[in-house]
Amino acid sequence: MNTDDQTPGPSRERSTYASRRKDRIDALASASAEDEEGGVSLIVSAWRRLRRNPVFLVGLAITITFVVLAITSPWLAPWDPAARPLLDDIRPQSNPVPGPEAGHPLGGDDKGRDLLSRLLVGSQQTLIVGVFATLFGLIGGITLGTIAGAFGGWTDSVVMRVVDVMLSIPSLLLAFTIAALASSPSQWTLIIAIAAVQVPIFARLLRGSMLGQRASDHVLAARSLGVKPHAIVFRHMLPNALGPVIVQATLVLAVAIIDAAALSFLGLGNPDDRRPEWGQMLGAAQPYLGQAPHLAFYPAACIIVVALGFTLMGESLREALDPKTRR
Amino acid sequence: MLRFVVRRLLQMLGVLLVLSFLVFVWLRSLPGGPVSALLGERQTEARRQALEQALGLDQPLPVQYVRFMQRAFSGDFGVSTQVLPGEDALDIFLTRLPATLELSFFALVIAIALGIPLGYVAARRKGTPLDTATVIFSLVGVAVPVFFTAFLLKYFFAVEWNLLPVSGRQSIGLDATRVTGLFVLDGILTREWDAAWDALKHLVLPSLALATIPFAVVFRITRASVLDVMDEDYVRTAEAKGLTARVIRGRHVLRNAMLPVVTTVGLQVGALLSGAVLTETVFSWRGVGQALAEGFLQKDYPVLQVLIMAAAAIYVLVNLLVDITYALIDPRIRTR
Repeated sequence: MNTDDQTPGPSRERSTYASRRKDRIDALASASAEDEEGGVSLIVSAWRRLRRNPVFLVGLAITITFVVLAITSPWLAPWDPAARPLLDDIRPQSNPVPGPEAGHPLGGDDKGRDLLSRLLVGSQQTLIVGVFATLFGLIGGITLGTIAGAFGGWTDSVVMRVVDVMLSIPSLLLAFTIAALASSPSQWTLIIAIAAVQVPIFARLLRGSMLGQRASDHVLAARSLGVKPHAIVFRHMLPNALGPVIVQATLVLAVAIIDAAALSFLGLGNPDDRRPEWGQMLGAAQPYLGQAPHLAFYPAACIIVVALGFTLMGESLREALDPKTRR
Repeated sequence: MLRFVVRRLLQMLGVLLVLSFLVFVWLRSLPGGPVSALLGERQTEARRQALEQALGLDQPLPVQYVRFMQRAFSGDFGVSTQVLPGEDALDIFLTRLPATLELSFFALVIAIALGIPLGYVAARRKGTPLDTATVIFSLVGVAVPVFFTAFLLKYFFAVEWNLLPVSGRQSIGLDATRVTGLFVLDGILTREWDAAWDALKHLVLPSLALATIPFAVVFRITRASVLDVMDEDYVRTAEAKGLTARVIRGRHVLRNAMLPVVTTVGLQVGALLSGAVLTETVFSWRGVGQALAEGFLQKDYPVLQVLIMAAAAIYVLVNLLVDITYALIDPRIRTR
């Protein structure tokens, strides 16, 4: 008799290839299984700890500043990011990139456009790329994960094998491939490439926590009361399974912004640079690294600070929601 | 143990077979596709049809796939259309593989050599400024795009301070004997010490840049894992038995804490492959990653097909090896 069949599914999976990557996703998923701690809900108790956590507060402060800047940037930017007020200052031989002057505190870029305005408007485009990439990844992952987790059985097997194949390509490489295959690259192909990579991760995560919900008492209670299956899935299981997915989404926001920069760097990003995103500005600054490194440093610094903000927030959220740390 | 390995191998082949079909169908179902890429601007309907017929692209997809697989098994993956026109796609991969292997190996060594000791020390001194500083450092490491780290290193160490070479794998004009294609190893094997030293100097900056991501991950996993293990009952038992701190640290804490680290290192191969695309581009390192970057940009389908499949195969294979290692270290998995 095959000894392998004696252990139930999840633990048997431990030893498949890439199993640790899956385990990490699943561990996060199981964090939502427990939701009570002495009568205080998980969210309340998590918030109590987060409020005093300096790491979380720093992340939150960075994120709020970034979002406010991004929303108000069209009014804050002194110049139109596509206008070229400094065009006359460009001397191809001696001075390809105009330096700071009155009205242009950071100077201009290689096409004579105001750098500060582009950075400000860039925050908005970066937020758009990050949010939509995460959102699309989330929608795809939630759809697949809900289907797998709600039906179980062979539907679950088929969906999860597809997810496993997607996870067998290194993620950034998959994003490069998808972006490279777009016939006319734009901001949306960039967003879709980044989002597609996140789908299998979200799907696996949500399926894990949905499976935990399926076995729980409140679902059993709902079922025995005769609640319709779709109502059980959407009202009882899905809302309770979303916690770890939201944590992952916070971390993905950071990854999306960094990935967007990598794609733009390889020339797979949006070719239209009238309303730039930071990664695009960083990619475009490459040829001038010798003469004008600040063209690269400003957008890079913005990317690093914002990505760090989302990461700090996501990591401390993850810690706060993990039952293991609630001792 | 043998059954375990065989089953994993079969699973791996299954995943790769499905993947090969998906990549194949996908590359051909896109608007434009290989024919447009080949013809470029000179495209007319007649030319298009003639070329499609010549390449067998007018056949149904399953027929094309079977033909492709037949050729693939005899080692023929088609010919590069853009990156190095006319060159065999598999040859491009094979000639460039050593460069990427060398770079990834050194990056991984740096990541492990720094990540494990730092992670261990940070865990032992949890809550001290040293711990906080290293944790923040590793988080920043993740937040900086790999190619920007590469830029910074190149800008300061190569351009500004002129300490290390700017790009490439070896100085031009250096007449070195090639044995394995791994330049440092070649220099050592042939006792051409100056060639080995020169190749090593070229390696420093790219491998440092590439090491940042695996370093951050190895560091964090080591730290978390040591913290977990230090709480275990058997460590308390060892302390109660009166074992010396050194024995407890080495035999009980470190050895058990290494289990998750081994797996994580295997998973980092994926990050290394993606990172190599960026790092190799910055440093003009003629490896697989650079070929991929060019293939992406110029839509060279045969090259992309080989390289993506190879990358996935390497990734899956390394993780299989990791699982076997893991089963060897941890008997609980073997018996399942």
